[in-house]
Amino acid sequence: MQIQEKMTFETWPAVPEKETLEGRNKFLGFWLFLGGETVLFATLFATYLALKDKVPGPDHPLAQDLYSMPLVFVMTMLLLTSSLTSVYAIYHMKNFNFKKMRFWFIITVLLGLGFLGCEIYEFNHYVHDYNHTFSSSAFGSAFYTLVGFHGAHVIFGLCWITALVVRNWRRGLSLYNAPKFYVASLYWHFIDVVWVFIFSVVYLMGMVG
Amino acid sequence: MNSYAQKRGFLATLWDYLTTVDHKKIAILYLVAGGFFFVLGGIEALLIRVQLAVPNNDFMSADMFNQVMTMHGTTMIFLAAMPLLFALMNAVLPLQIGARDVAFPFINALGFWLFLFGGIFLNLSWFLGGAPDAGWTSYASLSLASEGKRIDFYTLGLQISGFGTLMAGINFIVTIINMRTTGMTYMRMPMFTWTTFVACSLILFAFPPLTISIFFLIFDRLFGAQFFNVDMGGNTIIWEHLFWIFGHPEVYILVLPAFGIFSEVISTFSRKRLFGYASMVFATVLIGFLGFMVWAHHMFTTGLGPIANAIFAVATMAIAVPTGIKIFNWLLTMWGGSIKLTTPMLYAVAFIPSFVIGGVTGIMNAASVADYQYHDTYFVVGHFHYVILGGVVFAVLAGLHFYWPKMFGTMLNETLGKITFWLFLIGFHLTFFVQHFLGLMGMPRRTFTFLEGQGLETGNYISSIGSVLMAVASVILVINIIITSVKNKKVGNDPWGDGRTLEWSISSPPPYYNFKQLPLVRSIDAYWHEKMEGRKEMPPAEPLGDIHMPNPSFIPFMISFGLFIAAFGAMYRPDYSWGLPVLIGGLVITFGSMLVRSLKDDLGTYIKKEELDDDKGVKA
Ligand SMILES: [Cu+2]
Repeated sequence: MQIQEKMTFETWPAVPEKETLEGRNKFLGFWLFLGGETVLFATLFATYLALKDKVPGPDHPLAQDLYSMPLVFVMTMLLLTSSLTSVYAIYHMKNFNFKKMRFWFIITVLLGLGFLGCEIYEFNHYVHDYNHTFSSSAFGSAFYTLVGFHGAHVIFGLCWITALVVRNWRRGLSLYNAPKFYVASLYWHFIDVVWVFIFSVVYLMGMVG
Repeated sequence: MNSYAQKRGFLATLWDYLTTVDHKKIAILYLVAGGFFFVLGGIEALLIRVQLAVPNNDFMSADMFNQVMTMHGTTMIFLAAMPLLFALMNAVLPLQIGARDVAFPFINALGFWLFLFGGIFLNLSWFLGGAPDAGWTSYASLSLASEGKRIDFYTLGLQISGFGTLMAGINFIVTIINMRTTGMTYMRMPMFTWTTFVACSLILFAFPPLTISIFFLIFDRLFGAQFFNVDMGGNTIIWEHLFWIFGHPEVYILVLPAFGIFSEVISTFSRKRLFGYASMVFATVLIGFLGFMVWAHHMFTTGLGPIANAIFAVATMAIAVPTGIKIFNWLLTMWGGSIKLTTPMLYAVAFIPSFVIGGVTGIMNAASVADYQYHDTYFVVGHFHYVILGGVVFAVLAGLHFYWPKMFGTMLNETLGKITFWLFLIGFHLTFFVQHFLGLMGMPRRTFTFLEGQGLETGNYISSIGSVLMAVASVILVINIIITSVKNKKVGNDPWGDGRTLEWSISSPPPYYNFKQLPLVRSIDAYWHEKMEGRKEMPPAEPLGDIHMPNPSFIPFMISFGLFIAAFGAMYRPDYSWGLPVLIGGLVITFGSMLVRSLKDDLGTYIKKEELDDDKGVKA
């Protein structure tokens, strides 16, 4: 099947993201990239665990003093829901329903923005109310680097999905852009999975002690 | 596409290379840039040997020596060895699997430009206040204490080029999995393809820890983080762990493709199928797997405790088993073969004993108790130069001679090639064999001078003489290349006469679309198989049709250039107010270029069937 071909609901394949060779390459290459990203985050997690609560003096806040369940719970729910809505988007992509896909991607972006807002509030809160900063201790450096790397991924993912949606706003689906949407949603899921680990390793374990 | 036939001006050629996404041209770019950095690292090596030729030498200050020694190691590993291997991979790997292109031509180009800009950034340190001086391992306790911007050149430069390596690695893995031609099953892939496959998987999993540890160092030095600052709760051992979790697999990233090149060369010039192909594949995968379990053998004296040391010692020794399998397979490939001692084959034959010496001293180092004696002495320097030079550099030289006709359509002169080989081999053993004994006599690694009357004079003098021989050998190689290029005597498809794999079934250099019709592979050593059946060409796997080709693009250059600018901004941000805007500006260039790439449709072009027929007429 040619990549430029104008598609209809009838001709739209069952697995549009893997219909062309470019799509298959993108699909596999992106999974491998996520494999590398996994090692990247594993390294950050290991460092965080090694440097957790490693602070210069007794007056510096520890993990136990910082984290609050309600906020982190809201953030987790926002991100988990956004993962679900991106599944809806891909579901409609597979059914050649561009408008619904677009709608669910917009919802995904909005939820992601909500998450980002909470994270900015959280960091601000730690810095101003607890003096827990990037430079105040090795613990601070490790915390902000791990969670901040994830936050940077969220920002990148939001920009990416937004760019794709805006670019294809009127063009509809084709075998050329279907892999792009699919891969962006994979990235979004990956961000979500990493957050689940951050939620358990950083926040839950941090509150337990 | 007719422009290919036309004579082009210099600027047009330059623009062609700046925007190329053709793996064969990217191979040439890697070769030129890697060759340049190899010469640079070689000059630094000569400076080291001049300084150490006689005791109490004042040719260089201790401070200068630290810079030269650091840059020698960093340049050779990151900017010479890996790019030169990438040059060979780009040149032949797509041809070996019967592909018209790599999976991601754009990303392939991006990988090259990131590497080049990273390398240039690193080397600009010489002109901007001094080069990195904390050793190629840049241990955090040393690098945090280093004044000025030196270490920042190391961290930012390696970060940029490291992204490039990661891109290149992913590209090759996907190429090998997705782009093989009909009949090219996994167990029919040439060994060089297999070893590249495993080496690139190692890149994928070993480079992220390096990326992160370099980020930690960048954050500590430039953005006020405290990862390695012990007063603030930091821990410098984290750097050691992360660096070696990358650093040990890096050895296999380098040496596995080298093994692959030797497998091709030995099998070709023994005119025999590679002995124990399946066990070769198994050994390659096993080495790749075990390579991740042994990093702490670089840290036996760090104080991890006897149990950790014992585990890592045993795991390290275990790698000798698959490596031994390979050595015996090469020997048995030659056994009973009809051997032709061409230049590449000479390197391959010399590689076996040289590499075995490096392996044996590796086992000695792996014995953690004995390692307390060897650690940070010249014994280790001798060991890893036997592995890296005797393995990787020999392989690059063998591969260069072997694949030169495929890359450029001309044969390097065999006589000059053999002179290069003998000078290099003798110089190599002269330089590094004595270093083992210098180390056992107590000469510490990275020392800038030594005293008289401690028994170190003779060994160091011999070592310095050997390095000169290698330099002469390199000069002869360059002369050989110049003579060959000036003569420009074109050769046919299979200039060695004994080519076994698909790359020898097409013209030298191949047309830009590689295969007019993708070949049908019916056996391991596919081309040899067809020749044995009396055919001159590969049977086609598809009817003649239009060929899809990617468009050239300037965006890879721009993405890399943006990071290059951003690195300057990041580095000078703590001292100058213009730093932050430059940092942001550079990132805007990079991400803006990525956005353009994402939003602009790039559907590629088609070469029409009819044009292909024209081409055949020209080529014949
Ligand atoms: Cu090692």
